[in-house]
Amino acid sequence: MIGSSVSGVEIILALPLATAVLLSIISKYRLSARLNAGSAFLTLLAALSLFVRKPEPGPFLLVDDLNILFIVLNTFVGFTTSVFSASYIGHELVKGRLTTIQLRFYHAMYQVLLFAMNLALLANNIGLMWVAIELATLTTVLMVGIYRTHEALEAAWKYFILGSVGIALALFGTILVYMAARPVIGEGPDGMVWTVLIENAASLDPALLNLAFVFLLLGYGTKVGLAPLHAWLPDAHAEGPTPVSAVLSGLLLNVALHAVLRFKLLLAANPGAIAPGPLLVTMGLVSLIFAGFMLYRRRDIKRLFAYSSIEHMGIIAFAFGMGGPLANFAGLLHMTMHSLTKSAIFFAVGHISQAKDTQNIAEIRGLTVSHPLLGWGLVVGVAAIAGMPPLGVFMSEFLVVSSTFARAPLLAIPLVFGLLVAFGALMLKVHGLAFGEPVGVSHPVKASYLPMVAHLGLVLIAGLYLPPPMVAWFQHVASLLH
Amino acid sequence: MNNLAFDIAHLLAGGLVLISLMLLYQDRLTSLLNAFALQAFVLSLSVAWQAYVQNAPHLYLTAGIALSVKAVIIPLALRRIIRRLGIHREIETAINVGPTMLAGLGLIALSMVVVLRVTSEADMLAREDLAFALSVVLLGLLMMVTRRNAVSQVVGFMSLENGLILAATGAKGMPFVVEISVAFSVLIAFIVIGIFLFRIRERFDSVDLEAMDEFRGEAH
Repeated sequence: MIGSSVSGVEIILALPLATAVLLSIISKYRLSARLNAGSAFLTLLAALSLFVRKPEPGPFLLVDDLNILFIVLNTFVGFTTSVFSASYIGHELVKGRLTTIQLRFYHAMYQVLLFAMNLALLANNIGLMWVAIELATLTTVLMVGIYRTHEALEAAWKYFILGSVGIALALFGTILVYMAARPVIGEGPDGMVWTVLIENAASLDPALLNLAFVFLLLGYGTKVGLAPLHAWLPDAHAEGPTPVSAVLSGLLLNVALHAVLRFKLLLAANPGAIAPGPLLVTMGLVSLIFAGFMLYRRRDIKRLFAYSSIEHMGIIAFAFGMGGPLANFAGLLHMTMHSLTKSAIFFAVGHISQAKDTQNIAEIRGLTVSHPLLGWGLVVGVAAIAGMPPLGVFMSEFLVVSSTFARAPLLAIPLVFGLLVAFGALMLKVHGLAFGEPVGVSHPVKASYLPMVAHLGLVLIAGLYLPPPMVAWFQHVASLLH
Repeated sequence: MNNLAFDIAHLLAGGLVLISLMLLYQDRLTSLLNAFALQAFVLSLSVAWQAYVQNAPHLYLTAGIALSVKAVIIPLALRRIIRRLGIHREIETAINVGPTMLAGLGLIALSMVVVLRVTSEADMLAREDLAFALSVVLLGLLMMVTRRNAVSQVVGFMSLENGLILAATGAKGMPFVVEISVAFSVLIAFIVIGIFLFRIRERFDSVDLEAMDEFRGEAH
């Protein structure tokens, strides 16, 4: 571990694990939900402390300017989702969809997932990073299948098999990176340490690195949900508990993206290797346009927003693929905005599907009349995710588009086309959901609106005014990414 | 490195590729499991040989895991499962042997060309081991794509993973090989338990199209 005294890093990792053990034995719902949220809050504080005191990189763990951003976002959304989860899961318990044993299991898995994601982000060793991402996959598979219905099990199975193949390909890529490093760095553990690899990146065998990147992009790209490797994503989002959908979309996709970015950096630092950008740009555009069209035909509300996540991961991959200070800045900002907005939407959708007893879009109408706060929350969230000004997503999408126009105008055409296609689909769907006469069953919901309102508020503020220190920070991180 | 050590490593790695090809055309589940157990056995020999040649005792542990878990426990457990589910006599008709074998040969050729061209500077054993390992990985993927049955998909995944272990042990001095093989064993154990729960449920469910549509989220 790093340093002799306890630092934020250890707390970020140890606290979720310890809480997971506790939660697996507590069967009182109120207590466990509070413990879950409280522990997630403390983890967030520990993550923030990394800004103040950054430990030196060790052989296993690393805190640098790139991953702090991911960790803070991860722990923040992890905390707000745990608050949402408290009211959501309470309702599921009342309705008898979950038993107390499943509840214990769910809460413990939630904390293990937070641990695994934090570990994957903090790992300074590409082998450790791989193990952490595998652990995160396993826990989410178990959570997706928690309702034990036929649909949930089938979704979990599909996610499991596709995720495992992705993970296997990523391991092959990891082995290839080690083989590229071995002649330069020598045998042993150093050949997998990220900081050592990046220092020696220029002298690694470029041909092996190229081959490795193809496997890593396919492997971790499956987890990012880039088309054509996205097949697991809509099912996993639709069939699991909604807090899991929020964490999947808002966080786990980012964690996989972080892994891809690390290896992209490695290739960029090697003069003989292929440029990783065009691969990312292509996969990003394909995901964006494909998901944009798929949005029109969705009938399930959670599936709709799952496809929207594929679309946005496409935009983010595109931005990072373009590279350069402005596009990277836009990519980082878009990733942050997407995480906040998409999890806010899932918070709203979770309560909506509980209020209406269905996830079928056709059976949900007039939400702004029947459930004003949820309905308008959904409207604002969808307006944000579709890229309407003045919300934050508009600004990041605008930056992606304008930086593309400046450098590769031809690429901007499919990009804008994809954005417009998705915009149309989302407007069409939200109109039916939110307005008109309410139909069907309509239960009152005891919802905690705070997480949703907080996320949307942040997205609005970011759209109107980004504080200069934050801009400077993002610019600094963007410049690290080449 | 002397010639004999090199040849034996070659022989074992080549054997793995051959068995991967054999897996492709097994249309009965029991014979598929037998072929897989054979592959895992050859893998454990290959890993043990690497442990001896590289003088890396921790690799014996990986060989032991491959032998006990993948060559014995998993095939036995899967055999019990397919008996219980009553699918042990079933013949998979979905596979088309001729084209599948041709595709398999194509993949082997592809991985030879890619790896041998890419790794012209690495040492002989490492590069040829890597080429064999990539062939095994790609053949495993091919098997997962061409099969419809969950058990044979899992066997495809496990044979893919055998290729990964071959690559990891071939990369001299690679850290975490033992940890990775343990992690994979856990993963596979999960998969096997998953099949058990999942298939059992499926047998009791009715096979009506409405339910399938609902699963796609596109119910009317």
